[in-house]
Amino acid sequence: MASKVTPAVMRKGFRVLGVAIRTEPVVFAGAVLASAVYGLMTVASAWALGWATEHVVLDAFADGDVADGAAATAVLLIVGVAVLKALGVGGRRILAGVLQFRMQARSRRGVTRQYLRLPLAWHHRHPTGQLLSNANADAEAAWAPLAPLPMAVGVVVMLVTAAVAMVVTDPVLALVGFLIFPAIAVLNLVYQRRLSPLATRAQQLRAEVSEIAHESFDGALVVKTLGREEEETRRFQAKAHELRDANIAVGRVRGLFDPILEALPTLGVLAVLVVGAVRLEQGAIDSGVLVQVAYLFTLLAFPIRALGWVLAELPRSVVGWERVQGVLEATGSMEYGSAEPAAEGPARLEVSGVSYSYGAAGEPVLRGIGFDLPPGRTVALVGPTGSGKSTLVQTLVRLVDPAAGAVRLDGVDLRDVARGGISRAMALVPQQTFLFDDTVRGNITLGLPLPDEDVWAALRLAQADGFVSALPAGLDTKVGERGTTLSGGQRQRVALARAIARRPRLLILDDATSSVDPQVEARILHGLRDSAEAATVVLVAYRMATIALADEIVYMEHGGIVDRGGHDELLGRCAGYRDLVTAYEREEAERAVLEAGSAGVSPDDIEDIEDIEEVPA
Amino acid sequence: MTMLQTVERSALATVRRGLSLTPEFRRGIAGTLALAVVATVGKIIVPIAVQQTIDTGLRNATPDLAYIRGAVAICAVAVLLTALAGYLMNVRLYKATEASLATLRVRGFRHVHDLSVLTQNTERRGAMVSRVTGDVDQISTFMQFGGLMIIVAGGQLVVASVLMLVYSWQLTMLVWACFLPLMVALPRFQRWLSGAYTQVRERTGDMLGAVSESVVGAQVIRAYGVEDRTAERIDAAIGANYAAQSRAQKIVATVFPLTEVVSALAIAGVVLLGVRLGLDGGISQGQLVAFLFLITLFVSPLQVATEVLNDAQNAIAGWRRILGVLETPADVADPGPAGVELPRGPISVRFEGVEFAYPGGKPVLREIDLEIPPRSRIAVVGETGSGKTTFAKLLTRLMDPTAGRVLVDGHDLRDVRFSSLRERIVMVPQDGFLFEGTLAENIRFGRPSATDDEILLGLTELGLADWLEGLPAGLATQVGQRGESLSAGERQLVALARAYLADPDLLLLDEATSAVDPATEVRLARALEGVTRGRTAVSIAHRLSTAEAADEVLVFDRGRVVQRGPHAELVARPGVYADLHASWVSAARS
Repeated sequence: MASKVTPAVMRKGFRVLGVAIRTEPVVFAGAVLASAVYGLMTVASAWALGWATEHVVLDAFADGDVADGAAATAVLLIVGVAVLKALGVGGRRILAGVLQFRMQARSRRGVTRQYLRLPLAWHHRHPTGQLLSNANADAEAAWAPLAPLPMAVGVVVMLVTAAVAMVVTDPVLALVGFLIFPAIAVLNLVYQRRLSPLATRAQQLRAEVSEIAHESFDGALVVKTLGREEEETRRFQAKAHELRDANIAVGRVRGLFDPILEALPTLGVLAVLVVGAVRLEQGAIDSGVLVQVAYLFTLLAFPIRALGWVLAELPRSVVGWERVQGVLEATGSMEYGSAEPAAEGPARLEVSGVSYSYGAAGEPVLRGIGFDLPPGRTVALVGPTGSGKSTLVQTLVRLVDPAAGAVRLDGVDLRDVARGGISRAMALVPQQTFLFDDTVRGNITLGLPLPDEDVWAALRLAQADGFVSALPAGLDTKVGERGTTLSGGQRQRVALARAIARRPRLLILDDATSSVDPQVEARILHGLRDSAEAATVVLVAYRMATIALADEIVYMEHGGIVDRGGHDELLGRCAGYRDLVTAYEREEAERAVLEAGSAGVSPDDIEDIEDIEEVPA
Repeated sequence: MTMLQTVERSALATVRRGLSLTPEFRRGIAGTLALAVVATVGKIIVPIAVQQTIDTGLRNATPDLAYIRGAVAICAVAVLLTALAGYLMNVRLYKATEASLATLRVRGFRHVHDLSVLTQNTERRGAMVSRVTGDVDQISTFMQFGGLMIIVAGGQLVVASVLMLVYSWQLTMLVWACFLPLMVALPRFQRWLSGAYTQVRERTGDMLGAVSESVVGAQVIRAYGVEDRTAERIDAAIGANYAAQSRAQKIVATVFPLTEVVSALAIAGVVLLGVRLGLDGGISQGQLVAFLFLITLFVSPLQVATEVLNDAQNAIAGWRRILGVLETPADVADPGPAGVELPRGPISVRFEGVEFAYPGGKPVLREIDLEIPPRSRIAVVGETGSGKTTFAKLLTRLMDPTAGRVLVDGHDLRDVRFSSLRERIVMVPQDGFLFEGTLAENIRFGRPSATDDEILLGLTELGLADWLEGLPAGLATQVGQRGESLSAGERQLVALARAYLADPDLLLLDEATSAVDPATEVRLARALEGVTRGRTAVSIAHRLSTAEAADEVLVFDRGRVVQRGPHAELVARPGVYADLHASWVSAARS
């Protein structure tokens, strides 16, 4: 739809160009000025050649002698004009580049600043791939017409000058130009209008081919283990052939228009020769003019196409710009208050009536959650997959604001806390570990001026000091993009050390040790409990060892709190909790019954197991 | 790091080898080249017409209009003919190149899948993708623009020079003397430009990396309040990218104007020397004027030369990279039709003196001698890095042992046809990778012919019907890119259903349910126990219950099987298993 050069798209496109011109008026003016010099000098170079032909070449042949003064003037004219033209071309290209690249960089900065400012809820609504292409491909497409724009303006100057020059020299010869050049311009417009949708489609298909290859190679293990190589190849081949056909369609249009666009000015020159000869006969012009006009035609043939290039880029530019604007104009950034939380001592957290849902019409994932977390206590959030634990955790550190209800830190609503205040008081270790493409130290300090002893102490507590000291450069080892050089368990431990190193007043572990061996996990959790740092702790966990560390358990199902209390209490009165945490135990017990039964042991011997089974809900 | 082959060969040999892989391109190339020559000759029509008009048509005081009209008419026909040749040449070229490159792409894609897991894992996925996309595109850019330009622009220089020589050898020498230094300097410019473009690519990569951190790491950045620091890093990367782009642009912007100045010098020189030659009768005035037009034919080839050289360099690099894929042997290869077809039915497995070491590394598995009888349920346990996953990969022939052999129903795995092997032995990896599409499409991956009813039945048998009920669109639920709309645990459920539907005789689970909640996992384990009855099942276990349920437990420690036997037996003896068991018990109950 937007790949066609329609009047509406052109209007929008020119508005986008207007934005760039207003943003970088000086650079744009410089580029246009340079381009105008280039345009004027192109016409002047034809005139200089005509002058040289008339006053040096033809006069010399006529007189049998070379006029030295005229020859010197001709050389000066030709070279002088060329130097000016060269400066114009160079200046135009450099400034056009500056204009384009600056606008791209500006869009990228603006877009990424928004990514950092907009709340996490906004991120949840937009796929990762889309956000990346907004900052990259869209920012690039939006300003792509800026590269040929100054040249196009220069071409307009060139054409006007040429038209005036031709009319002044000979109106009849000028008529040939008035026929040929509009024809080239119109034909080129038709060309770009035909080409633009085809090129867009080819571009789209290229992305799709790449997408299939990416997905297929990412899932290579699945493809291999299920023997799906043939099917995958067919899927890729179908798309590759679509791309081939689309490219050939582009080639057909190019193949048709390029030779015609090249032939037209040549035919123009031939027409000039015929018409010019007639005018010569009539005595209206001399031979120098004929040469000058013919030469001008050969010079103008190519640059005139620049007008088409700008138009061809406009549809893509409009789409890119609108997507970038979509991000820049997104509202709903978090507002901060001015309250500064206390600097030390374990935090008190009160959660009251918290509800939340993803998207406006989505099912609520949290419904009226409320509990108090006194300072220094450890609470475990337990519940089946999808019960809302991770979402609740996000409201606790104000990654999202609840739709209803409030979370209070030391009695202050999180929404009233100053910017940065929450992250100074609390540390969350999320379920999905994220490491930056930085050193181990950088990943732990995140820019805080922490001494190495503190970093090592945190690593020790996270049971990560062993492998970190074995890394080739220790703390200075680069972990690679997303920490790919480390194993899953190692990444989790570095993420844990990051949280511990900040000595948070409230520490939240969202299933943060799931990839760590049970033995190591046990050491980490005991270390945390025994460490002198007094902090309030929230744990999200499945494993009994983790749950057992908690003073209190909050059991959740379907976004609501079902029950809360001590482990033994809940085990006694909450069926869902019991089912979840004793699943393994019960299974084992049942197996024991079966095996015991088959081994001929009487049921009396295993009555304690039956007891567990029959605890009333 | 990469294990993909790079054969050292010259640029020419690379191109020749590359072209030999694409027969579609060579077919009819002679005709295309002939058309290109005709199209190129069209460029000298204008200078010839100008010369004829001035020298013959305008020789006398009154122009010979009839002659001029005749000459121009002939030229016009020639122009149209060359335009037609240009059209035909373009269409043929596009068809031939696109067809051949599509073939190359598909061959490369297939070969990547044929490479062993080991080779695949040494290369970043993105790099592998670009070998069948961007690298091939660079070849096509070259064939359709740069390569064509070398022929057309080169032809233009030759044709122009020949015509110049006809008019005057002295002036031809002068023109060449003006342009030659520029031509000599061009490769140097190209090297600068190519270096500058490499910088741009690298800086763009850095920038994209920095930007993607702000998106993928959105949660951590907010939780730790490091927005400002992240913004600074992104700004620095964007700034570096801008600087690299500007630098490349400056190089391009220098070469273009240089050609203008050089051509002006040539024109001025021709005018000065030409009139003197003309006075001596060495050249006519029409020829001299035509000469000035011919000089313009030198300008455009030189203006695009740096870009063309750059294209050529990229294309050769592209060819090297795609050849690198195609020439890397598929080291774990399908024996093909000559291989053994395994009959259906429960599978027995035997490991004989199996050893495995990663290339250049120490053995990670040693002296593995064991037998897995048909219909048995085996649990594999051991600490991280003990060799469990390597064992699984050897059993499913994702890798071949460096010593010894793996036998299935008495046949060496290396002799079994892939089609038969993949049908009978299926592994469920820990990471439940899903393809974008619906849930049904993903489960059907295991058996393309499965109907929706069969899928529903499979899910019910696995005890997952409740879970399916809870999904908004049931089987038609879109799983999103790489399954990101589902939780990690749900992805594992789909992967399991997929493997179950494939109906293998040996099912291998590599911690396949590690991310689901305990209650679901137990339900699933129970269902699996039922559905794997009568099959051979091997589970890499991360939980006590799996080991307890097995007929036999294999205990791995530092690359060896140190203990084996039923759970009850092993747990009673002091050793690796008893220790492991103790830690599991404390984790589960404490």
